[in-house]
Amino acid sequence: MSDSTYKVPTMQEMSAKGEAPEVLFWVGCAGSFDDRYKAVTIAFTKILNKVGINFAVLGPEESCTGDPARRAGNEFLFQMQAMSNIQVLDGYNIKKIVTACPHCFNTIKNEYPELGGNYDVVHHSQFLQGLINEGKVTLKDGGEFKGRKITFHDSCYLGRANGVYEAPRDVIKALDAELVEMKRCKTKGLCCGAGGAQMFKDAEKGNKEINIERTEEALDTGAEVIAAGCPFCMTMMTDGVKNKEREHNVKVFDLAELIAKNEGL
Amino acid sequence: MEYISQIAFLLVLAVASYFLAQRIGSIKKNINLGKDVDRSDNKGQRWKNTMLIAFGQKKMFKKFIPAILHLMIYVGFLVINLEVLEFIIDGIAGTHRIFAPVLGDAYSVAINIFEFLAVAVLVSCVAFLWRRNVVPVKRLKTLSGWPKLDGNLILVIEVILMFAILTMNATDQLLQGKDDHYVQTGSFFFSSFLMPLFEGMSVDALVFTERFAWWFHIIGILAFAVYVTYSKHLHIFMAFPNTYFARITPQGQMNNMDEVTTEVKSMLGMDAGNPPAEVARLGAKDANDLTWVNLMNSYACTECGRCTAECPANLTGKKLSPRKIMMDTRDRITEIGENIKAGKEAEEGSALFSEDYISAEELNACTSCNACVEACPININPLDIILQGRRYMAMEESSSPQSWNAMFQNVETSFAPWKFPPTDRFKWADKLKEEEK
Repeated sequence: MSDSTYKVPTMQEMSAKGEAPEVLFWVGCAGSFDDRYKAVTIAFTKILNKVGINFAVLGPEESCTGDPARRAGNEFLFQMQAMSNIQVLDGYNIKKIVTACPHCFNTIKNEYPELGGNYDVVHHSQFLQGLINEGKVTLKDGGEFKGRKITFHDSCYLGRANGVYEAPRDVIKALDAELVEMKRCKTKGLCCGAGGAQMFKDAEKGNKEINIERTEEALDTGAEVIAAGCPFCMTMMTDGVKNKEREHNVKVFDLAELIAKNEGL
Repeated sequence: MEYISQIAFLLVLAVASYFLAQRIGSIKKNINLGKDVDRSDNKGQRWKNTMLIAFGQKKMFKKFIPAILHLMIYVGFLVINLEVLEFIIDGIAGTHRIFAPVLGDAYSVAINIFEFLAVAVLVSCVAFLWRRNVVPVKRLKTLSGWPKLDGNLILVIEVILMFAILTMNATDQLLQGKDDHYVQTGSFFFSSFLMPLFEGMSVDALVFTERFAWWFHIIGILAFAVYVTYSKHLHIFMAFPNTYFARITPQGQMNNMDEVTTEVKSMLGMDAGNPPAEVARLGAKDANDLTWVNLMNSYACTECGRCTAECPANLTGKKLSPRKIMMDTRDRITEIGENIKAGKEAEEGSALFSEDYISAEELNACTSCNACVEACPININPLDIILQGRRYMAMEESSSPQSWNAMFQNVETSFAPWKFPPTDRFKWADKLKEEEK
């Protein structure tokens, strides 16, 4: 591995060399397995490489945080997952975690402390906001998104669940893009339909899919880009745009992808 | 004969107090049927929430028009009740407007303020009746039966009570100077508009009307106080403890089940500490499996439907309605309370989480998005009840939807909710590591 290629060090490799990363990148199951979200993982990894952040991932040692199991009612399974994750994290003496999944973010940040796991956890939107504020990510003038209309879809587990509304918006504003808000946003943001383990089952009987309702709101803004910060929202909004046959002129991107694209990564 | 009205008043007061005490006692008992949960922490933050959200109506002001209308009734209620103090003293002592000579000019100012508020309450109640019946707001239109009648009754009663006050003040002003019993108070602005209605009356008829309005108002208020305990209108009291005891941890955080932690720790060979005495049930099957905060929430709910109006599942035609979760919880815990009172088995009748109350379909429709929790003007948490129902389904009944059971199995065997081999987890990096920077 030369310096000219991207590096994705694992904790195992690092600790073997007696090194410790500044931050652990918790990739999450969607970031590891979902084809669309792997692109987000890669975009974020490229940014970390470019900025020269000393990071590591758990790689094969990572495991589901237990969020979907807990939301679906299986507390046993959640706690089994949580305990073994805490053992791994504590084994490597992890202090700071960044993740691109609001569900992982919420669970590790808010729910692991009661089981003995205490970490400083940030969502990647907050991490990117920090990099921009510190001037580590300087966005080119007239980048790809300059002046283009972008709307941000609040993830419930980032927004209402944890009160993070401004970090993702700051990232979009840094692109010199025109941030347009949907009718329901921030504290009133409408769920994409996938939270609470709905991602892993069919919706109950109704007269409309939630992601269609939300996509219609997003399209009403006239935005060319729907920005998201959550793997489940990404899936739901992408499906919604396809359902509305608008994929040719409306794209769904993650915040990290927007930055990476702007940087030509 | 001289003391007959005082005796009658004391009797009325005693009867109302008795019934009120009975009702408060049984509601308290019902709330205490819930499981214990510690909310004695962070007193400062809790007081702040009570002051801002209950007393200050902060969350109501997300929508301006209903907030202003509600504020007028709320302030009217708080302030006009100061006058009830005078009613009670007069009633017991056989005096008339005992504060008038003491306060002098300030008395007339105070009554003028009360009258202004009475008119404001009147206007707001009429506007609310309009919003419920003539051009109904969607979240109110969906109510039917008793909840609908209850909502209208309260508004009509308030309108009548306000008219009684104004009538009383109008006839009182006409009597001043004609009858020595009626002390000089100065004029009252709003009720003076009603004076022409009564001008032709004899002194006796005026006294009768004034006394009738006085008795009607005080009996009305006492009866209303008892009625409120049977009604959604109980929020006028419950909003305060409800905001105080509401959860203050991040909305996304689910409570940890310590009884499960003990078991998981011993399964993993970790020091589990002392096992809990006895775990009755994991999650909730019935209303008395919920916590006392959940039950208090149900008595505090005024069925405004802001939660349901924001619920993504409800908006897209699913069966779930957070408001119904709260109403069912109150109905069921009241039923359990009645069972106990009647000496029957507490859980006789249909359980809270059954087809007769909250069905599995409703529980399974929730996205746990917290929109209902955010929308509630007094921090009621319907989501917490839903999640406890799901815990029972998953851990006691194994009746979760099939796809969830498959997801559980994937997490157990592949450590991911999807069925991918754990060895593939890091494959995303393979290509990237070869890519030129």
